[in-house]
Amino acid sequence: MAKEFWRWKEYNWKSDKIDWKSGTTISAGVDVGSVSSQAVILVDGELYAYSNMRTGSDSPMSAQNAMNWALEDTDLKLEDIHYKVGTGYGRVNVPFANKTITEIACHARGANFMYGNTVRTLIDMGGQDCKAIQCDERGKVVNFLMNDKCAAGTGRGMEVFADLLSLSIEDVGELSFDIDEEPEPVSSTCVIFAKSEATGLLRQGWPKNKVLAAYSSAMAHRVVALLERIDVQKDFVITGGIAKNIGVVNRLQKEIGIETLKTDYDTQIAGALGAALFGKVLAEKARK
Amino acid sequence: MIANFGYKDGSGEFFITIDTDKCNGCEDCIPVCPAGILEVVENEYDPLEDDKMAVVKEEHRKKIKYSCAPCKSGNDSSKEPCIAACELEAITHSW
Repeated sequence: MAKEFWRWKEYNWKSDKIDWKSGTTISAGVDVGSVSSQAVILVDGELYAYSNMRTGSDSPMSAQNAMNWALEDTDLKLEDIHYKVGTGYGRVNVPFANKTITEIACHARGANFMYGNTVRTLIDMGGQDCKAIQCDERGKVVNFLMNDKCAAGTGRGMEVFADLLSLSIEDVGELSFDIDEEPEPVSSTCVIFAKSEATGLLRQGWPKNKVLAAYSSAMAHRVVALLERIDVQKDFVITGGIAKNIGVVNRLQKEIGIETLKTDYDTQIAGALGAALFGKVLAEKARK
Repeated sequence: MIANFGYKDGSGEFFITIDTDKCNGCEDCIPVCPAGILEVVENEYDPLEDDKMAVVKEEHRKKIKYSCAPCKSGNDSSKEPCIAACELEAITHSW
């Protein structure tokens, strides 16, 4: 079978430092996105375990799979988790969730945890859409905006480009800078149109990396257009899968003239992490 | 909170903005909308509070240009019914 260049690494993680048995509140968040799904488990608000995998065609199943994988290396069972929150596109399809919360609120809360309470503006660049969110020092949403109707210039688009150019999705960020000079962005970020435009450029003899650069800057440009309606205040961060693509991130930073904060956390778990953080508060509320 | 429901596309920007600091969930805007696109629900953007707010229904968020078209036609400068109905001035349209 041909190599699947779009395929990014799926993985799970567990903390060696935390013993869940000593915790009082165990909460979980499951973010069923359009492209990827994550499950995050917190013990008293500390990150204990998580998983990050591709969403399947069956949403309830994807939620279950992500949860099972996060639980895999722990001796924790689903029943031991006091409160489970579902979020993301498929949030209504998380069968075991105690509550569902919109991913907008969860991303703001998650970013507050990952990047600190100085975050005021974040963009979640997900698989199929893009959201600009402003939040306060507690991670509470003060203003939000979704992108337009189509999935133009989102994670899925980058996957399609990785495939088109036969370059691994994990390398495309770096490679887009391996060029002689920055090309004009492709004129459309619509995945279908951009793909045919890129094919044309390749046939004209453009090197792959240059085509990649042209698409990356079109994506960055599109997000800037989204940000026009919302005032970008520092600190500014990006969550979601595209946050890992420096080809887009660096071009975006350059265009708006603001640096993004960096984090050691996996930017894809922001939604599930926020959901789990809400889960903790809600579990404690329920106990009172 | 400023909640922007809608989208931007090649033909323009179509957002209905609800200011939750003003909106008290009174529901005055609900019956006046001929397309029935608004509803009052719990503020899901702040899951730890119980306040209510008006929102654009999920199924209309990606087509409000069309859903709202009946109230947008002509050069009549009078306000759209939902904006006029809101005494607290919590609703604005971007187009």
